[in-house]
Amino acid sequence: MIDIKDISKSFGKLSVLRGIDLNLNRGQCVALIGPNGCGKTTLIKIILSMVMADKGEVIINGQLITKGIAYKKMIGYMPQIGRYPQNMTIGQIIEMVQSIRNTSENLDLSLFHSFGMDGLLDKKMGTLSGGTMQKVSAVLAFMFNPPILILDEPTAGLDPISAEILKEKIIAERNNGKLIIITSHLLSELDNMVSEIIFMQEGKVAFHQSVDKLKSSTGSMNISEAILSILKSKVNE
Amino acid sequence: MNRILKYILLDILKNKFVIAYTIMLAVIGWSSFTLEDNSAKGILTLLNLILLTVPLVSILFAAIYIYNSAEFIELLISHPIKRKDIWLSLFGGLAGSMVLAFILGAGIPLLIYSDFSQSVLMLAIGIIITVIFVALAMLCTIIYKDKAKGIGLTIILWIYFALLFDGILLFLMFQFSDYPIEKPMVALTALSPIDLSRILMLLQLDSAALLGYTGAIFNEFFGNTKGMIISFMLLLGWIVLPLIISLKKFNRKDL
Amino acid sequence: MKYVFILLLFLLSGITGHTTKLHVGSDKKYKQIKQAIAVAKNGDSIIVFKGLYKEGNILINKSVTLIGINLPVIDGDKRFEVLSVKANNVTISGFRIQHSGYATLDDPGGIKVYESMNVKIINNDVYDNFFGIYIQFSKKCVIKNNRIISFGKEEQTIGNGIHCWKSDSLQIIGNSISGCRDGIYFEFVNNSTVWNNKAFNNIRYGLHFMNSNNDAYYANNFSKNGAGVAVMFSKKITMRNNHFADNWGDAAYGILFKEISDCILTGNTFDKNTAAVFMDGSNRTLVENNQFTNNGWGLKIQANCMDNIIQKNNFIKNTFDVSTNGTLLLNQFKNNYWDKYTGYDLNKDKIGDVPYRPLSLYAVIVESNPTSMLLYRSFIVSLLDQSEKKIPSLTPENFIDESPLMKALKL
Repeated sequence: MIDIKDISKSFGKLSVLRGIDLNLNRGQCVALIGPNGCGKTTLIKIILSMVMADKGEVIINGQLITKGIAYKKMIGYMPQIGRYPQNMTIGQIIEMVQSIRNTSENLDLSLFHSFGMDGLLDKKMGTLSGGTMQKVSAVLAFMFNPPILILDEPTAGLDPISAEILKEKIIAERNNGKLIIITSHLLSELDNMVSEIIFMQEGKVAFHQSVDKLKSSTGSMNISEAILSILKSKVNE
Repeated sequence: MNRILKYILLDILKNKFVIAYTIMLAVIGWSSFTLEDNSAKGILTLLNLILLTVPLVSILFAAIYIYNSAEFIELLISHPIKRKDIWLSLFGGLAGSMVLAFILGAGIPLLIYSDFSQSVLMLAIGIIITVIFVALAMLCTIIYKDKAKGIGLTIILWIYFALLFDGILLFLMFQFSDYPIEKPMVALTALSPIDLSRILMLLQLDSAALLGYTGAIFNEFFGNTKGMIISFMLLLGWIVLPLIISLKKFNRKDL
Repeated sequence: MKYVFILLLFLLSGITGHTTKLHVGSDKKYKQIKQAIAVAKNGDSIIVFKGLYKEGNILINKSVTLIGINLPVIDGDKRFEVLSVKANNVTISGFRIQHSGYATLDDPGGIKVYESMNVKIINNDVYDNFFGIYIQFSKKCVIKNNRIISFGKEEQTIGNGIHCWKSDSLQIIGNSISGCRDGIYFEFVNNSTVWNNKAFNNIRYGLHFMNSNNDAYYANNFSKNGAGVAVMFSKKITMRNNHFADNWGDAAYGILFKEISDCILTGNTFDKNTAAVFMDGSNRTLVENNQFTNNGWGLKIQANCMDNIIQKNNFIKNTFDVSTNGTLLLNQFKNNYWDKYTGYDLNKDKIGDVPYRPLSLYAVIVESNPTSMLLYRSFIVSLLDQSEKKIPSLTPENFIDESPLMKALKL
């Protein structure tokens, strides 16, 4: 569904991505992990056309992303930090995104309801806590039933109950056959959720494997252990 | 484009700073006409307002708003909307709300207390100045990603247009006072929207001095319809040029 | 018998007295004015009825009274001087005198008075002549309620409305003059009065004094002339209660003073003139109780002016209240009202406690570099002016009104 071919990007002298090749398909829930500055945020931004790649191409559902904006209809994006204009209300934001997407049908408002946000429609963004803003971001990402979901640190800043609600939603959507890309620092919370791991280091894909393979090859019970053992073995080489 | 313009406009209009700006303009506008014993003084107070305060507030507020909207802009880009539409909506929202603030604050007392043709011209110039400096702010924010640098640039630009440029002109006038410099000077004023606006307005106010003294060139150029049209075209150029440059840069910018 | 005597007396007076009336008209005894003058004696009246009289140059060499009934027209056919007066005690009234010749050598006029006394020119329309009314070497003449209209395009091709040369004790009252070179021109004219006239749209000056002394002009209206009044090389001219408006344009002035002394300028109003009063080489002149409004410059005092007193005037809404080209000021400013004054009056004596410096630095800059007018009302100019007001460095130290008024005078 997403084909990434030989993507490179540097900011000035700093080379952030050096030839990334990836192929991601529907039904996968991919965890994009790696140390700070490894380039995962830049990669996501390239997929969303926030950053222009120096080299290479990204093809989503057969469409080159540099050819137009229509492909974004297929993507729901939840940023790590959602900051919104201070005086817009939650209702207005939802309305505005709706009018951009130009759809009022098949809206998925399950998150909106399960977060208990029905009474908050008239709240101004400036008065909201960071957690509530994250909830708004999550609602917006899922609302239009996009086949691809890109979630940047989705549970950071959410209270445990809301985080759990979101996780369940992610699993449900994965089971619906959507492609979900998650970046996270908290490896422990990826268990049960993700089916693939992409580990990035210094602008390159260090490895890209399914969780099952990873676990069996390292003999680990969970993702964090598996990754640790791989990292150790790499250091030993 | 107007799919998001409406929401941005509403957001800015509810901004406390914009409300305060409107109130400030209104207080100065009304008091300058009601406290002064003649309306010409009121007009001059407003002229200073338009030439100094309005540009400063417009450029600063627009720049700060854009910087604060960085994440919001990212969010918008993740949706199927063209970058051009986002940028123009931001411009439209900022320019529209600042213009509205200006009209509500300064425009009403102006229209009530002052001569109609004078106040219409003044209003037009105030509006154009506002929009020009919003456009310049957008250019500044696109040049520097760093907020502190960008705001610094806006302030430098303001000082340049409000003060330094005239200082340079004055310097040139004295350096080349032995030469026929009137024509080049008229051409030079095109390089500063504030100067251009000031001269246009002056010819409506106390043109006596300008008319009689500095020779016919100024009046010939700025006073007749053709010169007026050229001047307004130049002012519009000061809106369009920064806007187009910033738009081109924004279209390829990494956020 | 008694009645017969009275009748006889009546008849005698009719024959020998000085009240003979000679009638001129198409159906009257005399068809031409010239014929009537030829037979008239001193003291006679010549009554001219409505009609067009084209008689070339008409010479009035007897002390007669010419009276026009229903505005008869005397036409110079663009070739002749229309009326030439060469006798004392002549009165001309009620005519339309038009189309004098045009010659720069002998300056033909609609009416020209040569070396005469007590000539009265009253209530005529003086229309489209080279010079309107021309008085030379004459005394005690009255020019009253005439309407002088010409259509001059440039200075060289038109004469003055009322031109007075080497004369004395003239009275010029209630005339309206437009389209001439100078509305009224005085050269070597002394002890004369100009009162209640209107001079407008004249190419050069509304009223022009050259080498004339002890004259006065009151309550005249000068508008839209090149300059309202020019007083040059003259002494002791009194100027009172005149109105100067819209003398506008390149080098246009309300009043232009050049090399004059001991004049009085009081009670005048100046509105919308490029420069209301321009003083060049003017000494010991009193400028008092004048109203300066909406002018480009209120007073322009050149450095060669001395001992003038400028007091109790109102300066309101002028672009520059005063200006000078020098660094030294030898004139005195006091008790004026300046609308730009921002001082305070703690002791409530209606006089500002802080002296006022009416000369802005910018006025000085413009004087030396006119192009800098382009920067008028810019931020840098007000900064310069403000700093100069606090620490005077370039403007003359003594250019100061020590006792500015808090409120405008009621003038």
